[in-house]
Amino acid sequence: MSKDPNFIFNQTPQVLQNKKYCRFKKHGIKYIDYKDKDFLLKFVNEQGKILPRRITGTSLKFQRKISVAIKRARHLALLPFVADGLK
Amino acid sequence: MSKNQYETVIILTPVLSEQQMKDAVAGYRGLITDNGGEMVHEENWGLTKLAYPIDKKGTGFYHLFEFTAEPEFIKAFELAFRRDERVMRYMTVSLDKWGIQFNHKKRNGEMKSSTAKEKKADAKGILTSEENEG
Repeated sequence: MSKDPNFIFNQTPQVLQNKKYCRFKKHGIKYIDYKDKDFLLKFVNEQGKILPRRITGTSLKFQRKISVAIKRARHLALLPFVADGLK
Repeated sequence: MSKNQYETVIILTPVLSEQQMKDAVAGYRGLITDNGGEMVHEENWGLTKLAYPIDKKGTGFYHLFEFTAEPEFIKAFELAFRRDERVMRYMTVSLDKWGIQFNHKKRNGEMKSSTAKEKKADAKGILTSEENEG
């Protein structure tokens, strides 16, 4: 688009500002409780689908644990498999 | 024989009366203790709404057992659930050391506000407003 050499330089600080982080690493949370419905609700969209970690910023290690926890919660009818307007 | 710590949640059918529900729970508690298991904790969530219908029922009695038992026992324990018509759903999870620690802290209300800020709501039984992120 533009040949302005500052174009890229202008973009970088903004990216750094919005840098995502893994909330489990930050708070030192080691165990994800599948019974905690309200907490797990943060990691699903309104249809009840598990959000990708590119959106939540969760590290791979904890994304795996979240996905297991959500699936356990679904089995126990704490979370729906399919929903409409969950939030 | 080494024992592991397990956590079982069962959903009993809402057709039961309060007393029948307690009898069923007492039966399973007896099953655990009779087979060399040890109860660590128990929680009754009462009649709770299900996220989706199971066996055409919209609600169910949730009950949680936390216990130590030998791995062989779990098979027999789950077989009893499968045979029992009163149990709509069951799930047994073996707890790792973090799970044991988490449950212990939750029970004693030792949830640190900084580390477990997001889990505090559940520990204290208060429903917080949703934080939408992403």
